Parts: sequence; C-alpha cells; structure tokens
Amino acid sequence: MGRFFLYAFLLLATLFFLLPVYLVILTALKEPAKITLDTVWRWPDPVYWESFKIAWDAFRPKFQNSVVLALSATALSALVGALNGYVLAKWPFRGSNLLFALMLFGMFIPYQSILIPLFQFVKAIGLYGTLWGLILVHVVYGIPIVTLIFKNYYSEIPDELVEAARIDGAGFFGIFRHVILPLSAPAFVVVAIWQFTQIWNEFLFAVTLTRPESQPITVALAQLAGGEAVKWNLPMAGAILAALPTLLVYIFLGRYFLRGLLAGSVKG
Amino acid sequence: MRDRIVAFLVLLPSLVAVGIFVYGFIGQNLWVSLTDWGKNPAQALALRPELHFVGLENYRELFTGFVDVRFRQSVVNLIFFTLFFMGGSLGLGLLLAMALDRGPKGEGLFRTVFLFPMALSFVVTGTIWRWLLQPQGGINVLPTLFGLPPFHFPWLTTRQQTWVFDWNQLPFYTALAVGLTLLYVAWKAHQEGERKRLFWSLLSSGVLLVWAFTLGRTTHLLPYPEPHGFSLALVGVILAAVWQMSGYTMALYLAGLRGIPVEVLEAAKVDGASEWQTYRHVILPLLAPITLSAMIVLGHIALKIFDLIFAMAGLDYAPTDVPAIYMYLLAFRGNQFAKGAAIGILLLLLVALVVIPYLVSQLRKEVRR
Repeated sequence: MGRFFLYAFLLLATLFFLLPVYLVILTALKEPAKITLDTVWRWPDPVYWESFKIAWDAFRPKFQNSVVLALSATALSALVGALNGYVLAKWPFRGSNLLFALMLFGMFIPYQSILIPLFQFVKAIGLYGTLWGLILVHVVYGIPIVTLIFKNYYSEIPDELVEAARIDGAGFFGIFRHVILPLSAPAFVVVAIWQFTQIWNEFLFAVTLTRPESQPITVALAQLAGGEAVKWNLPMAGAILAALPTLLVYIFLGRYFLRGLLAGSVKG
Repeated sequence: MRDRIVAFLVLLPSLVAVGIFVYGFIGQNLWVSLTDWGKNPAQALALRPELHFVGLENYRELFTGFVDVRFRQSVVNLIFFTLFFMGGSLGLGLLLAMALDRGPKGEGLFRTVFLFPMALSFVVTGTIWRWLLQPQGGINVLPTLFGLPPFHFPWLTTRQQTWVFDWNQLPFYTALAVGLTLLYVAWKAHQEGERKRLFWSLLSSGVLLVWAFTLGRTTHLLPYPEPHGFSLALVGVILAAVWQMSGYTMALYLAGLRGIPVEVLEAAKVDGASEWQTYRHVILPLLAPITLSAMIVLGHIALKIFDLIFAMAGLDYAPTDVPAIYMYLLAFRGNQFAKGAAIGILLLLLVALVVIPYLVSQLRKEVRR
C-alpha cells in the first residue's frame, strides 16, 4: 500500500516536471497555423520540422555569440582561477586570507548594485555592445567562485609535493606546470561546467551590455517570446536550441554538474 | 623570495579587478544613488552629466513619493514571491527527497528528471511557462483531455490582489513581525538557558512591540491610503520558479537524508517511534542546517529575480513587477540612473541581511573546528 502511494507520488511529480517539456516539443513541431489554444496538447499531424529550420536560421548568429562567449569566458576564468587558487593555497602571504575573504564577497552581491557603474565603465572603455565586453565582465565576476573552487581543491594537495619540487630547483611556474597542473583535471572539469552553464544561461549582463549583433541567445529568446505577434512554434524551437548545450552538459556530466552546484550555489 | 613576489604579482590583477568591479562600483553606485542623475533631461544626453548631491532624496521618494507607487508594489511582490518560492521549493524538494530515499525502482532516472530544470536558463523556463500559462490554453485546458471542464484561472494576466493592506501600515507590520520574531528567539534562548541572548532579544522585542502599538499605528508614510497586496499574477511565476529550483533542494535534502547514520534511525525504531514521529523528531531536526543553507541560496535567487519575470511578463507589466525589474526599467529605459542606483543599493542591503548572518555563523563553525 505504502509502495503504491510512493510510486503514485513519483509519477505525479514526473508529470509535473516533464509535461512542460512535452508541450514545448509538441508546439515546436506544429505548423504555425495549427497552433490553437484549445488543441495545444494534441500531437502535431503532420509533424512540421520547418520550425527548427526557421528558428535555427533566426537564432544562429546569437547561438554562435553564446558559444564564443561561454567558451572563451569559461577558458579564461578557469585559467585565472587555477592561478589564483594555486597562489592562495600554496604561496600564502601575510593578509592573503583577508584578501581572499574580501574577494569572496563579490560572489554574494546582487549584480543590480553594480550594474549602472558597470554599464558606464564598459561604455567608457569602448567595449559596450561587443562580445569582448561581456566576456571581460563574466571573467571578472567569475573570479570569486573559480578561485574558491581551485583553492579548496589545491589545499588537498600535500605541501610536501610542492616543497620537494622546490628543493629540486623548480620555481613558481615550474611547480605549477609540472606538479599542480597534472593533478588539476577534476577541478578544471567542475569549474568549466559551472562557468559554462552560468555564462550560457546568464541574462542580466547580456541584456544590459550588448547590442543586437552581439546578443547571446538568452537575450534573443526573451525578446522573441516577448513579442505578442509571434507564433509560438518559434519561441519553443528557440527555447530548445537555447537549452540544448547546458542540457547535454547536465546529461553527460551530471555528476560534476552537481558537485559544482553544491560548491558554488550562493553565487550571484 | 623571488617566487613569493611572482606569486603576489599573479594574484594582483584579480585583486585589482575585484577591487574595481565590486568595491569600486558599489561605492560609485552609492554615490550615484545620492545624486539627482535623471531628474534633468539634459543629463541623460550629456556624455559627462553634471550631478548634484541630493542626500537620501531618491530613497525617500521610492518609499513615500507620489510617482513611485510601482516601486512599492514591486517590494510587496518581492516579499510574497520570496516567501512562496522558498516555501514551495523547500516543501516539494523535501517530499521528493523523502520519496527517493525509500529507494524506489529507477531512482537515478527520477533524480535526473527532477533536477534537469536546474540546467536551464531562467529565460528558457520563463518562455516555456509563459506558454503553459496561457489563459485559454496550456495547463488550463489539461483537464479537457480527460473530459473535464477547463480551469479558468487567468494566471499571468490577472490583475487581482489579495491580502491588501495600506502602505501606511508598513511600519506597524514591520515592527510587529520583527518584534514577534525576536520574541520567538527569546523563547528559544529561554529554553536553551542562554541568559544574555534572552535578555537582549526580549528587550529589543519589547521596545519594538511597544513602539508598534503606540507610535507605529499613527506613523504615516503617505498623506493618503495606498493599497498594496499579493498580486495573483505572481502565482504563475512562483510555479515556474519552483519547477526550476525544487530539484536543487531535493538534491541537498537527499544528500542529507543519506548522511543520517543508520544507528540513529535504528535507535528511534527501538524506542518505538512511529514513522511520522521519526521524521518529526529525528530526521527533520537533523536536516535543519540543510534547510538553512537552502533558504539562503533560494532567498538570494529570489531577491534578485529578474530574467524569469522578464521572460514571462516583460518589463512593463506592473502586476509581476519586482525591484530588479523596476530598477532596470528606470535606469536603462527611463535614464533615471540615480533612482535605479538607489534600488540597487537597497537590494544589496537586503541580500546582506540574508547572507551576512549566515556567513558569520559558518565562520564561527570553522573556528570552533
């Protein structure tokens, strides 16, 4: 009896989580003229693949922007994070803990509280409306969380390893290159997944700092869905396109995804 | 020695960047919020606008000014959104975790299903749910598939409000709520025998409650009554947000449940505790720290919610307005930078109110270890 209720509840919950997905796919596969409100749940007949083609043509430049943005910002911030974490974990100096704490504060602020000066600054240095401006912003505001993840990870590496390499005559970068980096793969994976999903999904900076030609896909999608005249097959196909990269990451690297989630869940 | 200098130099760019982008910008934002930037149309067009210091005028206008009634409704919306979003995500997350903890078949699959919305952008979620919540379609016609009459709740399009109160009563309600919370803290302190905490919480609670019922009742923010309430259009937004985030609380709770030692549960069983009693008196108290961290994370998300509402209802729809939306609208559509900056500072204070006590308690724990 208890078992019955357990499965009934899980089934109900599954419906709650998956029905929206079902409706999205359904709508994306419908001919625009056949999308009417009272038949929304009816399976398309015939299946209309054109929506994806049209949506892909419309969203491709934005999708490419998102790819360039997320990949380059992720790569840069992973590099910065690894170096920062290495310094803080293995080369602490007087006051470095305090500086680290001050750095972490940046993780908790709501970005609305810096948005106006940020907008002015990005404009002043001539990067407003460019993808580079957005990349810069993501790398900078990613510093606290990536530094935290790398520092925690490097603290687990025994100091003796670093000490031994130093006695062998290796310098700061030599130790990093030959001792630390070869051990860093797991931390890089966590950071890369975390930053990639965050940056891909981000909206506030993107909508504030880009022009149409440099928009990532989230901004384009929000604006498309906001227009009333548009038939719903396009926003739905667009939503699938916008969701696909992070969903694939989640499905194939779910374990690391969760780890990043638990590590950095308070990030602003 | 050379290496130590190199190490510092490697860290330096990040320090400078965070110094400017976090501390510098907060400082500048604070300054902007104390100026008249946006009052004069000429400032909007000027490359280097001439700004004048006006003190706390922008803040005063937001809370008591005639034109900013929309800000006040956005604050009320934010409070209700935060409460229901947190409650919903915690409740559903806990239920899901408890169900999965019983080891049903296909547990891994269920977990994947419940958690996948976490991987989506709030913009994607918003777009999907905007379609699901069409008044004449989506969820509302779902019952007709089983031959039942459709639902008629207009979701995002409703302008209805419940629990309406007069904005002038805000000081009274705030003092009452904080006072009662402190009273509860005092009661807890009394139970735990912490004399000092008991004294201070009792004293401040007393002061607040006395103030609330004497001066608080007659303190008026506005010269006229201004009704605000829980905007029912938010129900749909809350639903979408819970859909997205309850998998996250489920993951936290599930990890917590799995971490409870079997001996503890055995002991409860030996003591003759029923299943319900075990949950109530053994498991839930052990999960309290998880609830607290989840509340911090969810509260943090809720207070700065922007993209979800942007995608579901747009910038110009007052019934689902929140401060982050209004701030964007003022600053980047209306060139009212000073007032927008003031809202940014208020959000920062609000988040600090949530996060700083948490960080301090975490830090204390670290030290005790």
